[in-house]
Amino acid sequence: MSAAKISLRGVRKSFGTHSVLNGIDIDIAEGTVVSLIGPSGSGKSTLLRCINLLEPIDDGEILLDGIDISLPGFDANPVRRRIGMVFQNFNLFPHMSVQDNITLSPVRTLGVDKAIARAKAAELLERFGLADKINAFPDQLSGGQQQRVAIIRALAIEPEVLLLDEITSSLDPELVGEVLDVVRELKTSGMTLVLATHEMGFARDISDLVCVLDGGHIIEQGLPGQVFSAPQSERAQQFLERIIRAGRL
Amino acid sequence: MGTITGRRAAYERARKRRSTVVATVSSLAVVTAIVVLVPKMPRWDRVHESFFNGERFANSLPRLLDAFVLDIKIFAWSMPAIVALALLVAITRNSRSAALFPLRILTIAYTDIMRGVPIILWIYLIGFGVPGLGIDRPWNSPLIWGSVALVLTYASYIAEVFRAGIESVHESQRAAARSLGLSSWQTMRHIVLPQAIRRVIPPLMNDMVSLQKDVALVSLIGPIEILRQAGIDKSKFANFTPYIAAAAVFLLITIPLTRTTDWLIERERRRTTGTRIS
Ligand SMILES: Nc1ncnc2c1ncn2[C@@H]1O[C@H](COP(=O)(O)OP(=O)(O)OP(=O)(O)O)[C@@H](O)[C@H]1O
Ligand SMILES: [Mg+2]
Repeated sequence: MSAAKISLRGVRKSFGTHSVLNGIDIDIAEGTVVSLIGPSGSGKSTLLRCINLLEPIDDGEILLDGIDISLPGFDANPVRRRIGMVFQNFNLFPHMSVQDNITLSPVRTLGVDKAIARAKAAELLERFGLADKINAFPDQLSGGQQQRVAIIRALAIEPEVLLLDEITSSLDPELVGEVLDVVRELKTSGMTLVLATHEMGFARDISDLVCVLDGGHIIEQGLPGQVFSAPQSERAQQFLERIIRAGRL
Repeated sequence: MGTITGRRAAYERARKRRSTVVATVSSLAVVTAIVVLVPKMPRWDRVHESFFNGERFANSLPRLLDAFVLDIKIFAWSMPAIVALALLVAITRNSRSAALFPLRILTIAYTDIMRGVPIILWIYLIGFGVPGLGIDRPWNSPLIWGSVALVLTYASYIAEVFRAGIESVHESQRAAARSLGLSSWQTMRHIVLPQAIRRVIPPLMNDMVSLQKDVALVSLIGPIEILRQAGIDKSKFANFTPYIAAAAVFLLITIPLTRTTDWLIERERRRTTGTRIS
């Protein structure tokens, strides 16, 4: 199991007295897709933010290629360049064009030549069907287009791991398809992906590992076939039943 | 084909024509009322003679314009210093680094003290006080220390404007920038500040217009700028018209300043959103 790209060991996190993650253990192998599912408020977003070092954890370890990146005082900036993140609300920079949104980090943090960064941005936009939007501003794009730009922006720093936080939750079904196609393509390209999602069907199809969170605990973890059809724990069964009754699987 | 846009366009045209007519008629009515009614006031003749004397106006104007050059100079060298200092103070106050804690306390004390005392007092205290320490020429000029007083007071007001702007940028923007590997300084420089400054341009311009006027306060400690020159002319000819002329000169600068800002804001909005909700 030492080949894991990212390993979470006993990760705990609380906000004040409210404990949100209560000892999370997950091993994420290189090139695999891991889905985090679970009810709202179960701690999925918080876990992703912890992996990206946006939130300091209270206890436990986060290992990236076997190195504990969660140690207090560890320089977070180089780590974040290796772990990209796409947020639920896109979080594009509204004062910058699509091109500048994408090239900002490569140029400023990786020292990539501006012309090269732009060429690469154009290439990524082309690949995701947004070539004509290169000079648009975020407010001039549809939700699905913004979400794809956010993904491209994260990809432009060529991360080894990509964290995707419910990237389809504010999109209509047609756009969901668009964005999920992008994720499938990333999986094919061999990137390590961790996604928090409410798209159960998608999670079942694409994941190598599914983790069900509830109240800051992982209550079920395994292959998608096993988790979705024969969950072991009672709470996981209840959660999945609710999902099925709601017609989301 | 094209009937919908055609109908829409015709409607917009008619509506525009009608609002132009309404605006023109109402403006004319107000102006006429003032022009017709004010001269009917019992003492209008005397006011006209001592405030709106054409001859005195023409006589004073060249001297006032000459003196106004000094106002513009004070404004021109104070403004960049004010903006730079205000940004520095705002960024320091907003920084989350523990190492900057003493500096943060210092900036809080600075803004509290500078904002709590009328500008005019600072101009007297710094403008007379510092040269009074016995500094050699040319560094003992009240012009320099009067400007320093302006810079220190205005920077404390404007620092608060910048700080409000910085705090209005949503935390998720910082999160997105940090997740891309930007340092906290790069995040401030490329993500937070550009958005913050755009948002505070209207109040900022408001303060710039005030500054343009408050420059005249420096005359209290000596330098002969436009307000002081108007006062001299007033005493010499026992006529208030020079003040009206000085007011006109101020408007000459401040009105284009505000109009330009509005135009810049509108252009920026168009560029980034391309739409306007009516
Ligand atoms: N900054 C914060 N301060 C205090 N509490 C927080 C903060 N962020 C998250 N929480 C709390 O942590 C818990 C987990 O939140 P989180 O956003 O991780 O849930 P989630 O699983 O992503 O939910 P959803 O599916 O609705 O997105 C929630 O109870 C939330 O109120
Ligand atoms: Mg969430």
